[in-house]
Amino acid sequence: MQTTFSEKTFNYLNFILLGGIAILSLYPFWYILSLSFSSAATATQQSLHLWPKEICLASYRMVFSDPDMLTGYTNTIIRTVAGTFLTMLFTCLGAYPLSKPYLPYRKCFMLFVLITMIFSGGLVPIYLLIKNLGLINNIWVYILPLLTNAFNILVVKNFFQSIPESIAESARIDGASELRILFQFYMPLSKPILTTVALWTAVIHWNMWFDAMIFVYDNKLQVLQTFLQRIVIQGQTSLIEKGAINYDIAQYTSETLKAAVTVVTIVPILLVYPFLQKYFIKGIMIGSVKE
Amino acid sequence: MQLVWMLVPVLLFFIIFSYIPMCGLIIAFKDYRMDLGIIHSPWAGLANLSELLQAFEFRKALTNTIIISMLRLSFGFVAPVLLALLLNEIRVTWYKRTIQTIVYLPYFFSWVLLGGIILTVFSSNGPMNLVYMLLLDICNFCLGQINSLFGTNLHHFAFSPIQFMTNRHWFLFVLILTGIWQEVGYSAIIYLAALAGIPVELYESANVDGAGRWHQTIHITLPVLMPTIVTLFLLRLGQILNAGFDQIYNLYNPIVYDSADIIDTYVLRILQNMDFSLATAAGMFKSIIGMILIVTVNMIVNKYTKGEKGLW
Repeated sequence: MQTTFSEKTFNYLNFILLGGIAILSLYPFWYILSLSFSSAATATQQSLHLWPKEICLASYRMVFSDPDMLTGYTNTIIRTVAGTFLTMLFTCLGAYPLSKPYLPYRKCFMLFVLITMIFSGGLVPIYLLIKNLGLINNIWVYILPLLTNAFNILVVKNFFQSIPESIAESARIDGASELRILFQFYMPLSKPILTTVALWTAVIHWNMWFDAMIFVYDNKLQVLQTFLQRIVIQGQTSLIEKGAINYDIAQYTSETLKAAVTVVTIVPILLVYPFLQKYFIKGIMIGSVKE
Repeated sequence: MQLVWMLVPVLLFFIIFSYIPMCGLIIAFKDYRMDLGIIHSPWAGLANLSELLQAFEFRKALTNTIIISMLRLSFGFVAPVLLALLLNEIRVTWYKRTIQTIVYLPYFFSWVLLGGIILTVFSSNGPMNLVYMLLLDICNFCLGQINSLFGTNLHHFAFSPIQFMTNRHWFLFVLILTGIWQEVGYSAIIYLAALAGIPVELYESANVDGAGRWHQTIHITLPVLMPTIVTLFLLRLGQILNAGFDQIYNLYNPIVYDSADIIDTYVLRILQNMDFSLATAAGMFKSIIGMILIVTVNMIVNKYTKGEKGLW
């Protein structure tokens, strides 16, 4: 390929520009990371904090000694694991029958599911419903309303439709029930799409804070995001500092504490990031949910 | 028949968590009282709706919602297209992939977490203001030089930090900018996928014809991207009443309600004030207009792409 001078210049500039964008995009995280390791004395100086001047673990000691953080972590893991598992079960149970053209009243069922995608009752009726179901201050409030949704069902349904019907037919001749066909043949054959949907669900569960804020008052049932919100958004670092050992006080500030809490929340996502990225990119290509 | 039985749990789920709340919308036409319940509360007709439409706060929230959405549409929408075009010009695979991995990252974090980071970075002694101070310093230095050279008396800039989070205009700036930060990597992937589908022969023959990179972008790349761009634009337009609740709720404060209060935050606030009927009316307003928008936009997209790219 011939390259002229101007094209070469463009290539270099583009290289630098995109590198700059990536650095700017990463910098806020880096700043927080650096701040979290800073001692109170360096943290209070206004600086870009490109590098912590010394490694000071006081903020992390505070965060790890906070019982709320442990509660939050546990509850978030519970809701993510249980919620994702049940969502996959419900989504497949819904998707399998809908993927069969010979399902009686299929059109009506499809419409029934689709309507929920474009119209909702809004916050207040849902709040009253949750209240009447006795789900206020109940750990199931994290799981039940997210059991499945129209989009997930349609995405999985579309994939099921691409599986040859002959597989189901021969299993049926061998006397397998529909449930068994779903679990034994369809689900293993749909691993890529099921992984994608499972990861969508898991990320939603991990990051969800709204339901915990609205429906749960009990501190023992709170999730990680709520504690994070109290500390980094509302600035209630006193909750952590309450049990502080005195000599540490000079070593951290509320800013380094916030930074440490943020880092502790980020790390689990970073650990699975390569995995997330791979399957989310696959998922993006499923833009439409039509038949 | 087995198939229908399998569907029962899912149907029950939708009835309980989608259809019952839809029926719950009748609260909007009642004078809801906690002690009487939905059924026994007295009817109020359209009183709630008219109270809502006359409420100054609601009108403000509606205007803000549309303004913020429009700002996002004009800046936030162009950013991923540009990013994809620039990334597409990079031929070094590992570099391209690294950049993509980095800019995609913020998409996976909740707005609680990002909000905390943003509040720190944009605080009055955070790095954004530090950079601003450095710029001011440079400007003042130049002004000083000019003054001493030409004997003029230009005023120096005052050193006061920008109040990003409490100034109503700067707040919108932060909102749009951080919105792009969170989303741009994710949105760019859709365009990159469309770009990957362009056959190399097209570029090769353009090269033979002597068309430079710029001309190739204008005459090959952009036309190929156009259907995707138009489709995504229309779909975003259908979401105009969703101005980004999660982001705004975690960043705003009463000082910037004037420009940052949107329908969703307004609904939440009146719900917390226990005004159930008014909050339901506001939610219903949003749901109905939103539905009309989505259905219309989907029809247009289906027509434009001959039924290929609509949502359903």
